[in-house]
Order: sequence, then structure tokens, then C-alpha cells
Amino acid sequence: MDWEVIFRNAILAGISREAAVYAIAAVGLNVHFGYTGLLNFGQVGFMSISAYGVGISITQYGAPVWLAFIIGLLAAVFLALLLGVPTLRLRADYLAIVTIAASEIIRLTFRSVALTDWSGGSNGINGFADGFYVWNPFDPSVAYGFGSVKVFGNQAYIIIVGWTLAVLVTLLVWLLMRSPWGRVLKSIREDEDAARALGKNAYWYKMQSLILGGVLGGLAGIVLSVGQSTVQPDVYSPPVTFFIWTALILGGVGRIWSPIFGAVAFWMILSLANNVLDQATQAGIVPAAVTAGVRGGSIRFMIVGLGLMLLMAFRPQGVFGDRNEMMLADR
Amino acid sequence: MAITHPLTAALPSTQEALPDGPVVVADDVTLAFAGVVAVKGVSYEVAPRELFAIVGPNGAGKTSNFNLVSGVYQPTSGSMHVLGHDVTTMKPHEIARTGVARTFQNIELFENLTVVDNLMLGRQQHLHYGAGAAMLRTRRVQQAEVANREVVEAIVDFLDIQSHRDALVGMLPYGVQKRVELGRALAMEPKLLLLDEPVAGMNLEETEDMARFILDIRDELGVTIIMVEHDMGLVMDLADRVLVLDFGEVIANDVPSVVQRDPAVIRAYLGGTDMAELEGTR
Repeated sequence: MDWEVIFRNAILAGISREAAVYAIAAVGLNVHFGYTGLLNFGQVGFMSISAYGVGISITQYGAPVWLAFIIGLLAAVFLALLLGVPTLRLRADYLAIVTIAASEIIRLTFRSVALTDWSGGSNGINGFADGFYVWNPFDPSVAYGFGSVKVFGNQAYIIIVGWTLAVLVTLLVWLLMRSPWGRVLKSIREDEDAARALGKNAYWYKMQSLILGGVLGGLAGIVLSVGQSTVQPDVYSPPVTFFIWTALILGGVGRIWSPIFGAVAFWMILSLANNVLDQATQAGIVPAAVTAGVRGGSIRFMIVGLGLMLLMAFRPQGVFGDRNEMMLADR
Repeated sequence: MAITHPLTAALPSTQEALPDGPVVVADDVTLAFAGVVAVKGVSYEVAPRELFAIVGPNGAGKTSNFNLVSGVYQPTSGSMHVLGHDVTTMKPHEIARTGVARTFQNIELFENLTVVDNLMLGRQQHLHYGAGAAMLRTRRVQQAEVANREVVEAIVDFLDIQSHRDALVGMLPYGVQKRVELGRALAMEPKLLLLDEPVAGMNLEETEDMARFILDIRDELGVTIIMVEHDMGLVMDLADRVLVLDFGEVIANDVPSVVQRDPAVIRAYLGGTDMAELEGTR
């Protein structure tokens, strides 16, 4: 077994643009669930609506890149309002139901045949990100990195942009949650009736939280689409939402650094499971029949799933969480 | 324990003069849930600085009445005025902003936050800066934070919960949580304080402490108080006036000594004319 390949790939997966995208989206989910107690099971819907917002405004309307980014983020604000107005006055479960449905409606609408001329149908939208790579300071034909961990210029560029954004939004959320505004969000998570009795319009605070977290989801979608130079509808399918949840829970809900930690850990574990299986198969340790074809891909998710179950059994609060808080929730 | 921060200085607006007339006016208020009438044509007035108690057997509509004042329910008919505002159709957070604070029958604290954070949330209406300024930690924000922390400290001293200051509220014993909830309501600098069963589930000593706090809040701060309570001894000792409800209707509204001898009240409580038990609770 070639451990160097295994670890190199794990590190590359941990710093990949996908990990950065998941981290940003998980920061948004942390605002929703970790700090406000909102159950958003459609974070991928915010990602796709912003990604399409950027793609469509460039390819269809010739918008400059910076304007397209703003339009993309405004699309996420719009989606948050659309979902929040009918559901945030109701119990938390309603938002959960509506968000998971909405994320699928968005995906199916963008990939529909009727809208092919506008949103590209199942092929999505391609070649809109050139305006972003104009600012790339790296040479696309040169591999950058340390030792054998190397990525080409365009990748290096998107990785640095992605992780810079991930750290910036983490700091933003940290500052917000220390402010009185953040204190009110946490009070709503703990007891909405009491927050109202203190003169707080809980509905409006929940709406602000939904918008903020949704915009962060949108930002993640934009980074992903620009990084891939394409928006494919089926990239934005429901499992993405649940992988982001996995990353957040892995790190610990309601903790400031857990989205970044969880996203890196999630992708590294996935890569490790994959590569160890591959290498073990090649070395004859695991029979080839077990990992043949698509089965290998499924098995790595089974391993991650098993890992998550063990985490829930032995450390339900995640890596950074506080066990006391978990206990209080049951009382 | 020496009081280092006097509460009267920390909560100045509680002592401001109230508008003339009663603090609460309930006029022929009825509350019905799909045919079940919880409150039937109830009228009463609460005077400034009064300690007004609402009592009655289980299911008499005490807490329903309470929730009508705080806006959790809106009357099916009739009108409700609080501190000069018509609150008949106002929402709970809007009524709270007029100067009404409340505690809950089953403690509703922010369990995963510290005692100080819970009390600071009570101060929220008195923080006049936004999240943006708070993120930059401007000078004004720091001053406001310090000033409000001082108010919170005064309340912590008053309630004698110094040693629990930084504990997560959910980890504290029941009696202390009751105090913290009272403290959070006080931190709002209310003009009207609604206490829903403030001594429920407490032992004698804790009950006496709480009674002391309630009297101090009324006497020193001049806050008008409406209290729903099952402990007859406490109500008869503390209250200036007692409203007795039975099956959603007012059956008596007078000073404790008169209410105690009211045949309708005795009948509602005991189903007979024997007043020994009411006397015995004193």
C-alpha cells in the first residue's frame, strides 16, 4: 500500500475548493441551526439559486462578474424571504419541510426542458467564469504547492479565494454572535416565548438569521460554480445539504470553528476511506469483488456513515461541542 | 451581604411617574378557544404601585387572564389597556416594550446561556446600538456595555445570586432559576411586573425569600405587580387586592380580609361553607 499517495490525496481533499465550499455553507447552517435553532434542510437550494444567479446574469444578460456575484447573493436573500414569510411564524418543523422541498423545486426548475434556453437544462451553464479568472495571479500551467502536494494555478487561485472567504465569514459570524444581536438569536434558540416577553420580535430576528445563513449558502454556491466554471443542476442535489450537516455536526453545532474543521475532516475522511480501499484492493488485502465498479464509491460513504454513528454514540456534541449543553436539551 | 449597588439607582425608570389613572384596565374581556370559554366578561382595574393578586381554583382562568395582559392571547371580545396603551390587539413583544415584564409558571430561561447573559438579554431594550457598532466595539458600545453590566450586577446583588453569575442557567437548582427569571424581568426596568406563580414548588425558606424580593420591588422601586399564585398564605399576606376567578368569571375583587370571608369564594374553593381551611393556610 502506498501511504504517501493516501495521505497526499487526503491533504488535497482537506484543502480542496469543495472543502472550502462546504465550510462556507456550514457557517451559514451554523447561523441557522447552531445559533438560532432553525432547521434548514435545503442549504443546497441557496447554493444553487446563487450559482444560477451568477451564471444566468453573465451568459444571458452579459453582466460584469462583480455585478453577477451581487445578483447571485440577492437571489439567496429573495429565497430566504420566500421561505421565511410563510414558515417562520410556525413551529420549527415547517421550515424543515419547506426548505427540503424548495431545494428540489429549484433544481428541477433549472434543469427543466422548458427553460433550457435560459438555464441550460440538464447540461447547466458553462463558460461564464472567465471574468473571474482574469484576476488570477497564478500561472494556470504551473503546479504550486509543497512537496508532492501540488495544484495547478487556477485551482490554487480558487482554493485561496475559497478559504479566505471561509475564514472571513467565520470571523464575521463570531463578531455578530458576540454582539447583542447574536445574544438575541441565541435566546430565540433557547426559548422563543421568553424572547418575545423581553420585547423581541422573534419572527423578524429569525428572518434575519435565515437571510444571513442563506446568503452564506449562496456564497458557497458561487465559489463552487466559479471554481468548476460550470453550474450543473445535479451537482446541487439534496445529499449536498446532508453532507454539509455532517460537517457541521462533526465539528460541533453552535461552535465558531466547527464548520471549517468539520468540512476539512469530512473531505479528508472521505478521501482516506476511498484511497485506503483502493490501495488495499490493489495490494490484494480486500478482494476486488468488494470494491468493483460503483460499489467502491458506495462503500466509502458507508464508512463515513458508520463513523458518524460512532461519533453520535460516543461524542454526540461533536469535536468542539459542550456535553453539558447536550444534556440540558433533554430536560 | 452588603448591598454595593442600590437597585433604585440602577433601575431609575421604574420610579418615574406613571400616567394618571389605573395601570391595567380590563373591560368585559372574554377569551374563547373554539367554543371553550376560558375567560368570561372579566373586568378589573389595577392601580399604580398596587400588588394585585389573581387567585382561583385550577382551571379558573388565572393564567389565561395573565396571558391576555401580556399579549400571548388576544381577547375574543372586550378591551385591555395597559400603561395607557390599548393593547387589545398588540403582540407580546410590543406590549413588553411599553414597560411590561413577566415571569413564567414553568420557568422559561435561556438554559444554555449564563446568568449574566440571561440578565443582559433583559437589558436588550436599553442597548441603543446596533450589531455593526457592536462588532467594531466602538467607545460608545463599550460604555453602554459597562453601564448595563452595572445594572445587571445590582440585580445580581439584590437577588443574592453572586456565586452563580457565570453558571449556565440550566445547571442551577430550581429555586435559583426562579430568582434568575425574576432578575431577567427586573432588568427590563418594567413599570408593570407580571409574576406567574413566583413561589410554585418552593420550600418555606425559599418562599419567604421570594416574598421579601417581591415586597422590595414594589416598595423600593414602585413597580406595579400582578401576581398569579396558589399559595393562599402568601397572597393574603402580600397582596393589596385579590381578584378571585372561578370558571373564567370574577367572583370577588377586594382586599384580602374581605375576600377571605366572601361566601362565594369559600364555596368555590371548598364547595361548602367551611372557612376553616382558608383560615388555616395563614
